[in-house]
Amino acid sequence: MRSLFLLAMLSLATAAHAVEPAERLPDPAMETRARVISAELRCVVCQNESIDESRAELARDIRRLVRERLTAGDTNPQAIQAVVARYGDFVLLRPPVKPETYALWFGPVAVLLLAVAGVAMWLRRRGAAPAEPAPLTQDEQTRLAALARDDDR
Amino acid sequence: MRRLIYLLPALLFLVLAGYFAYSLRPGHDPQLLPSALLDKEAPAFDLPALAGGGRFTLADLKGQPSVVNIFASWCAPCRLEHPLLLRLARQDGVRVFGIAYKDKPEDSARFLAELGNPFRAVGVDREGRTGLDFGVYGVPETYVLDRDGRIRARYVGALTPAKIERDLLPLLQKLNAP
Repeated sequence: MRSLFLLAMLSLATAAHAVEPAERLPDPAMETRARVISAELRCVVCQNESIDESRAELARDIRRLVRERLTAGDTNPQAIQAVVARYGDFVLLRPPVKPETYALWFGPVAVLLLAVAGVAMWLRRRGAAPAEPAPLTQDEQTRLAALARDDDR
Repeated sequence: MRRLIYLLPALLFLVLAGYFAYSLRPGHDPQLLPSALLDKEAPAFDLPALAGGGRFTLADLKGQPSVVNIFASWCAPCRLEHPLLLRLARQDGVRVFGIAYKDKPEDSARFLAELGNPFRAVGVDREGRTGLDFGVYGVPETYVLDRDGRIRARYVGALTPAKIERDLLPLLQKLNAP
């Protein structure tokens, strides 16, 4: 019963956000767009929070800028571009795919492929290893026979 | 040739270790961002001047290279770097301008009266809008503009004698060359 209650409470919890009532736009649809955009933008002061979550003053300024742009009739990408023009690609929590970010996007995959290739090579090598052992030499055969004879006694 | 492939992981490790060592070098702050406006024209602004009741606009900066310092009376590192700005303006004859970021005009005026005023003009950016257009993310920030008003360098945080001697002054010298 108690765990059920806890579960219900947990499901009610939503991600914290810092948008103050005074910042909200009168048009709910536009406010939703503003929230979606804000969740994509990094707060440059705190660096690991989106401006939607951050209470930093600069984050509030950028939220206000985004809402201003939307009110002025910008599309979502245009509003995001207005922030990128000021703060650079770094503000995008989802970095764009372009030559400078290839290492970021494809680097992990490349390392994984390299590792897979390494393991595959190692496994193949190991599979091939137990070849027929070389036949005993004449010397070894006489010694073996001698030993076997010793044992019988 | 086949042996070489076993050296690959070691080689990769060396490359990574080298990169990490480079990133951890002393005096390097990984949180500093390059300005998105580097080599682009500074954003247009039109601010009330702190003294005299006039305006301070981007047009005032053009014609000669200049240094724009974004400061506030409430910012401690601004206080720290202030003597350096005074020296730049008085000894090196650099055109230094100020933008008072999110600061009450009377507080900015008191700050300058107390510590000295290196600025040819100061704009009052009460709401921080001009700061936002510049991409300011923490005061103080200092920008070097060429004679066409393009941003050529940005320094985040308090200036230091080393930054000025090694970076700012040589850049200005280059910009001042005809």
